[in-house]
Amino acid sequence: MFKKIMLATDGSEHSARSAKYAIELAEKFDGKIEIVYAVDGQTSKSDVLHHANKFEVDKKRKEKIKAVKNLLESSGVEYETNILHGEAGPTIVEHANENEFDCVVIGSRGLNNLQTLILGSVSHKVAKRADCPVLIVK
Amino acid sequence: MRIEQIKQKWFGNVKGDVLAGMVVAMALIPEAIAFSIIAGVDPMVGLYASFCIAVVIAFVGGRPGMISAATGAMALLMVNLVADYGLQYLLAATILTGVIQVLVGVFKLSSVMKFVPRSVMVGFVNALAILIFTAQLQHFVDESWIMYALVGLTLVIIYLLPRFTKAVPSTLVAIIAITAFVIYGDIGVRTVGDMGALTQQLPVFLIPSIPLTWETFMIILPYSAALAIVGLLESLLTANIVDDMTDTESNKNKETRGQGFANVVTGFFGGMAGCAMIGQSVINVKSGGNGRLSSLVAGVFLMFLIIVLGGVVVQIPMAALVGVMFMVAIGTFDWSSIRTLHKLPKSDAAVMVTTVVIVVVTHDLSKGVLAGVLLSAIFFAAKISKTKVTKELTLNGEKKIYHVHGQLFFASVTDFPKKFNFTDTVKEVEIDLTHAHLWDDSAIGALDKIEMKFEQNDIEVYYSGLNEDSQHLKNRMGGLSKASGH
Repeated sequence: MFKKIMLATDGSEHSARSAKYAIELAEKFDGKIEIVYAVDGQTSKSDVLHHANKFEVDKKRKEKIKAVKNLLESSGVEYETNILHGEAGPTIVEHANENEFDCVVIGSRGLNNLQTLILGSVSHKVAKRADCPVLIVK
Repeated sequence: MRIEQIKQKWFGNVKGDVLAGMVVAMALIPEAIAFSIIAGVDPMVGLYASFCIAVVIAFVGGRPGMISAATGAMALLMVNLVADYGLQYLLAATILTGVIQVLVGVFKLSSVMKFVPRSVMVGFVNALAILIFTAQLQHFVDESWIMYALVGLTLVIIYLLPRFTKAVPSTLVAIIAITAFVIYGDIGVRTVGDMGALTQQLPVFLIPSIPLTWETFMIILPYSAALAIVGLLESLLTANIVDDMTDTESNKNKETRGQGFANVVTGFFGGMAGCAMIGQSVINVKSGGNGRLSSLVAGVFLMFLIIVLGGVVVQIPMAALVGVMFMVAIGTFDWSSIRTLHKLPKSDAAVMVTTVVIVVVTHDLSKGVLAGVLLSAIFFAAKISKTKVTKELTLNGEKKIYHVHGQLFFASVTDFPKKFNFTDTVKEVEIDLTHAHLWDDSAIGALDKIEMKFEQNDIEVYYSGLNEDSQHLKNRMGGLSKASGH
């Protein structure tokens, strides 16, 4: 049922917690996991500004998702990583729908009402627009 | 094949490029007007610049999808020139800026930009943000609470609207809403019309009316040089950001030349010098634009809007523009640099802060960058000039070996001889340079001096472990006759 699972991550602790759920899901259904990290315009700007070249930017991003990657490495579940470019919500939705994932696992950042008003909730957007079931980990 | 490539570059993404170009055009108008006001010229100068640069860059730029137009960084550099000599000198300076940039591109000098350290670039964008912000404060002088309220309202619309719709740029909606509010509410506040004239005309080709003398050239040269440097710095940074956002490569030398051509054309059509814009390029890519067509549409649509709506544009209240500029300043500032400032090496933090301070004090981005680069170079020289010498006694106290670690060059050799004991009772001394590198004649000179001092005390000196480069340098310099021995 859940053979092809997307684990959307932003490199935070919240997303490390959702990794554990994704792993359990994959183990139960003998599925594969794709770790997806979306880099938006603002992040692109500050990453390029703070790092000397493409190689260093790439290294920094890989380091960012390392905690999640380590969890998957030690679990033994088959996985791959994918760094996408674009605003988190729409990019994750588009990737999930185009590649026909069976499930998207995503962490909730735990924002308060004001922050949600200004920043917007990525997990809500994904839950609303993705074609497949979405597991939001609180 | 070539025609196929050109077709792909122009028409590979027609729908995305056209829509994004229109969004960018609408977002460019308030900025172009506001930057003109910063520079002290009529709004048309910034609008013509944005039109010309965006259109020319679409054809000759090296980074498709990047948006170039009149910018704050450039406007800030022109203030004194405009105040002291007027618009015609600014147009001439714009043309000269373009010529300098074309030369930089032709001689492939844009790679020199790698000598600008990251901390200087961070300081550059932060200083730019602060200057754009402070340039707005003059508009609050002698104004009532209505000004503050309208600016606040503008900011609320700009930041909250994207939560509900992203179809139109929120800055444009804010401008329209505030303008309508002021017109229908009959509220007497200062408008764009009070700041300068706006003509609903296409730009025309004109040669700047300045005396073509050496004196004129020397007046505009320092401005043009600063504009050329700052323009390329921001353009190449933006190109890297667009490269990253679109996950593609771009031709930096072509972009450098392109920026130059665009500025030359702009100067002849009555526009001020400009460069690539980080904020607008991010908007373009986010809105789906990534081809040359997006920049062309942005320029053409902007001009179309001005010709159609010019009469309304003069009624835009300054409060709305000030609000937009506050948003630009907030968006330009690199907030992560504040959060990570205490984690940075102290020298990097000092370079960043110095760059910002120098720019804010001198109002000149190029001076800040220069100071930042110099300071980084000094810090680097200080860091790398630490040498270590360890001693070892052999042959029953007859011979002493000095192991030298580090880089030997002008900055490191002053204290270097003090690390040797010249009045030793040994018969010979070996200087082991396996872990050292000789860089210049100061290094050779220092070693000669050491050798001489030992010989005055009848101690023979040998060298060992010279690496190839150092050996080559030493042979060329002629000194150290015995260095090859041992």
